[in-house]
Amino acid sequence: MNTIEGENYAIALDEPSARLTMNGTLRLNGLDEYAPVSALLSRLLSLPTAPTLDLTCLGFLNSSGIAVLSKFVIEARTKQVAGLSIIGSETVPWQTKSLRNLQRLMPSLALSWQ
Amino acid sequence: MSAENPYGDFWTLPTGGERLTLSFSPGQLPLQQRWRNNGLSADFMGDYVTAFFPRDDADPATGQRQAEVKGAVSYIANELLENAMKYHDAASGAPIEIELVMTSEQVVLTLTNHITEAQAADFRQFIQRLADSDADTLYMDQLESNAMTGSSSGLGLLTMVNDYGAALAWRFAPQGAQGVNAQTQVALTV
Repeated sequence: MNTIEGENYAIALDEPSARLTMNGTLRLNGLDEYAPVSALLSRLLSLPTAPTLDLTCLGFLNSSGIAVLSKFVIEARTKQVAGLSIIGSETVPWQTKSLRNLQRLMPSLALSWQ
Repeated sequence: MSAENPYGDFWTLPTGGERLTLSFSPGQLPLQQRWRNNGLSADFMGDYVTAFFPRDDADPATGQRQAEVKGAVSYIANELLENAMKYHDAASGAPIEIELVMTSEQVVLTLTNHITEAQAADFRQFIQRLADSDADTLYMDQLESNAMTGSSSGLGLLTMVNDYGAALAWRFAPQGAQGVNAQTQVALTV
């Protein structure tokens, strides 16, 4: 299952391009509810191609979601995944506030803005 | 309420002026059913403050500022409500209340809920750690330790301080055997 859809969000993993896209508003209750999202993020890291996480259309993420993204980056760091790229949007306030912390967890991560 | 032990600079807010208060009665609905109301209420508060930061099409900076304040209020209100819904002692029958007050320089959000004495002790411990540490270091350490333990505890409050530059304060009012009335206040300079 490479897509997860909820009331206000959609998450899709395109395996050939190793690109995971998160859209909408994600405010799930704690890490238990985020488990399917975490599983898809782990799957992204298991692909042979350099992984990309596209967050440009993720308008809102709660702190549990930020914890999930942090865990994903730490997992990439532990597995020494090469070429991890995260794309954010300068027009989405939470991203300009919080995304840079992910790069601090893994300095080799390429963080770019659209 | 007889308050004791204020932590941080708890603001005494003007009684007049612009304010918005929402009150919830958590015992009436299961948490799962109520969860989406956190986001709806937080977005409402975020939208509400945009009236005070009007957008001028001739000045793009005003639009950016409006979006930033809206995003910050929405994020902070949602985190306060999520925490309150998770930890509130529903058996107390007390409501959960969130109040937004606008001053000329700040947006102040105050969340009031009822918790058990044991929860209050954990909370005080967290507040003490926050007071004793460099907030930025504590935040990064928390991201690392949360990844190990599979938790997201405390991260909402830490993001408010680190990412939004907000000032936090708390006030606890013990209610005898009935637990503790807890107030969390978040002041955002605008």
